[in-house]
Amino acid sequence: MEVKRERLEPGAQSRAQRTANGLPALPGQDELKVKELNAHQLLRGDELTGANRPAHLEGEELERYVHERVLLTTLDKTVAWARSNSFFPLGFGLACCAMEQFHAAGPRLDIARFGFEAFRASPRQADLIILAGRVSIKMAPIIRRLYDQMLEPKWAISMGACCSSMGVFNNYALVPADKFMPVDVHVPGCPPRPEALMHGIMKLRKLVQDDPDAGWRERYDAVGTEEHPLNA
Amino acid sequence: MPDTPGLELLAKDLGDAAIETVYFRQRGTISVDPAKIRDVLQTLRGKGYGFLASVHGVDHYPEEPRLGVLYELIDMERVDRLTVKLRVPTEDPKVESVTSDWPTADHQEREVYDMFGVVFEGHPDLRRILMPEDYEGHPQRRDFPVGGEPVIFTRDERKWLEAREAGPGPASQGRPEGGNPGPAGPRE
Amino acid sequence: MPTVSDYRKREENIDLSSIDSQVERAGGEGEHEELLTLNFGPHHPATHGVLRLMVTLQGEVVRDLKPVIGYVHTGIEKTAEDKAYWKAIPVIERMDYLSYYFNAMAYVGAVEALLEVEVPSRGQYLRVIHLELNRIASHLIWLGTSALDLGAVSIFLYCLRERELILDLFEMSSGARMHTRYFQVGGVIEDIPKGWEAKLREFLKAMPKRADEYGAILNSNEIVLQRLRGTCPLDAKTLLGLGVTGPLLRAAGNPWDLRKAMPYSSYGDFDFKIPVGTVGDNYDRFAVRLAEIYESVKIVEQAIDALPEGPYITTDRKVALPPRHELATSMEALIHHFKLVTEGFRVPPGEYYNAIESPRGELACYVRSDGSSKPARVHMRDPSFVNLQALADMSKGNYIADMIATTAMLDPILGGIDR
Repeated sequence: MEVKRERLEPGAQSRAQRTANGLPALPGQDELKVKELNAHQLLRGDELTGANRPAHLEGEELERYVHERVLLTTLDKTVAWARSNSFFPLGFGLACCAMEQFHAAGPRLDIARFGFEAFRASPRQADLIILAGRVSIKMAPIIRRLYDQMLEPKWAISMGACCSSMGVFNNYALVPADKFMPVDVHVPGCPPRPEALMHGIMKLRKLVQDDPDAGWRERYDAVGTEEHPLNA
Repeated sequence: MPDTPGLELLAKDLGDAAIETVYFRQRGTISVDPAKIRDVLQTLRGKGYGFLASVHGVDHYPEEPRLGVLYELIDMERVDRLTVKLRVPTEDPKVESVTSDWPTADHQEREVYDMFGVVFEGHPDLRRILMPEDYEGHPQRRDFPVGGEPVIFTRDERKWLEAREAGPGPASQGRPEGGNPGPAGPRE
Repeated sequence: MPTVSDYRKREENIDLSSIDSQVERAGGEGEHEELLTLNFGPHHPATHGVLRLMVTLQGEVVRDLKPVIGYVHTGIEKTAEDKAYWKAIPVIERMDYLSYYFNAMAYVGAVEALLEVEVPSRGQYLRVIHLELNRIASHLIWLGTSALDLGAVSIFLYCLRERELILDLFEMSSGARMHTRYFQVGGVIEDIPKGWEAKLREFLKAMPKRADEYGAILNSNEIVLQRLRGTCPLDAKTLLGLGVTGPLLRAAGNPWDLRKAMPYSSYGDFDFKIPVGTVGDNYDRFAVRLAEIYESVKIVEQAIDALPEGPYITTDRKVALPPRHELATSMEALIHHFKLVTEGFRVPPGEYYNAIESPRGELACYVRSDGSSKPARVHMRDPSFVNLQALADMSKGNYIADMIATTAMLDPILGGIDR
């Protein structure tokens, strides 16, 4: 079978270069770009309908569309990568899971390898709250206050069975963490091994890297659930 | 642990405050009249039982009088243990506080108040210690339900709220993440 | 507008006149010193759990201290009433989360007393080994977090290194690092595997040397000595009045230790000493706990050397599960297994208060049974709950920095305080 290869001439300019130099796009370049964008959007799960689909855009609109998406996506990715590799956990331990959290920061399983050993004491300086332990009804408003004091972007890991889903004690005194604050990763176990906590943190790291949207409201489709809406 | 004759002697010294003595599994228990608990403990202190290890409550539901308070005493010189019991009804759960003689009873009596509702008169600061200040009910009583909450996860929050608003369905009973009892909890 | 609770009203009307009168008027008109009530916690970097202290300060001197607890109250005692005796063991283990074997021991000892069940000798020795290993592990975390509070951050990592070795041993014998449900009513759930003894002996050789290292680092450190020596002493008589037991009482000079005074689980067979302090200040509390690590190593050595052969759990099939291989051949074993797993054993009515010596003091479990297969009342007398009352007396009149060191030396575990 003969494979047809087409080689661009040496010195051929990319689409962006041609635009910068005021040259019109070559016939095949638009369609290729549109196909790439379609594929990219399908993989990300975005669904654009109607006139927003890049297939309907041409010329200058397509330019602008590509310019917005491609350039920003790369920047977002970089920022997300930086954020994911520099979590500052809040030094927050409630009960038994806190002991395993210590061990995750200990010499054998060292989260300092990943850069997460700087446990901040103040919520204003932290961006990751690891709820390690059982949340009682007296403690819940305080945790909520701590979470509110953290600055966006912030993430929450619910470590252990008790705060994820009431755990061993399903009784009058406990509250699951999801009831009063949004949680990104639940780590099961009672208590989870330090390796399990590491796995949870790595999962969160992947989540942050892959998704350039910083805010959890976009991620969980919860825009509009703010207590104090910004545009009120 | 004083054996049965020893217990009887102690009870005689306590006079009419002692209601009965029990010697069970090599531990002695003296049941006393709730109104005289301070004098009883002071007398026992005179006999050498100088360390109050624990003050805790128990609910004898459904036998009346329902609420019991136990005082565990240790004699460190002779290495001996003794338990003093009293029982008060739910309608009038008043017991005199022994905090002024035994400072260790401070937090422990607050816990008995919090969990059972026994009011200790003369306590310097009787308020709830483990539950939030404005909690209603006394959780450790036998007729208080164990409780529990249905668990929802952040990613399911919308679906769960919508399911609840839609009302109880035929099978799911409004609990898409089934398994956990509602607030009124099963009490077997 | 939420209603103002009684407590709020009382808080705003606290009469400080008796303390105010201690406040001197600093010279000049209009100069007046005030007392500052500082809210310390429940979230604070001194990692002792969610303890909240309302500290009333005059400058840097503590005039009054009120602990507020309940922030990790889990209703363990209530949950245990809802479960069969056997199934309540994992729930009760999670109370004082650093000394889980001790929680289980106190409860299981009470149930065994009610059932009048004998624990075989091998089971008792295995229990002692695990209890003392847990004591060392608990003291290591205490040492690590206290040193962290005082500023010596690297000790924390050293202690965690040792603790990893101990948790490896626990994992080998029971399958879990923490909350192992290894103790059962009548003995222990499983025998130790091959190679456990060798690993344990390796650890026992290494531990005293490591403890020597910690002692060497901390005892010759000027800052640690200045912060601990002579700060916040409290005499034994006040401590006894407050119900304090354990290393705090021993630091003040009273050698009360339940392992020697009222031996349980064949502690009487072992030869060990009780470290006792003299002055009762923070340094004595620190030294007593550090010395206890050596004594625990000695006990474990003696126990593993003298470990008797035999069953590790009672052979009374009405209380303990039959071994699995019997289920294939014996009908009675099958029936016992079924009964124990579904309903559980019934305990004759009665009540018992079983006290043991945990790393923090007298840990006791009061079990009341009404003849059914579920306990009617389980109460844990936790040592930290009672010891916390001593913090006010210890810190009054001392600097707030000393109060931090005292809180560290008190070794409060909020899981036990709040249950």
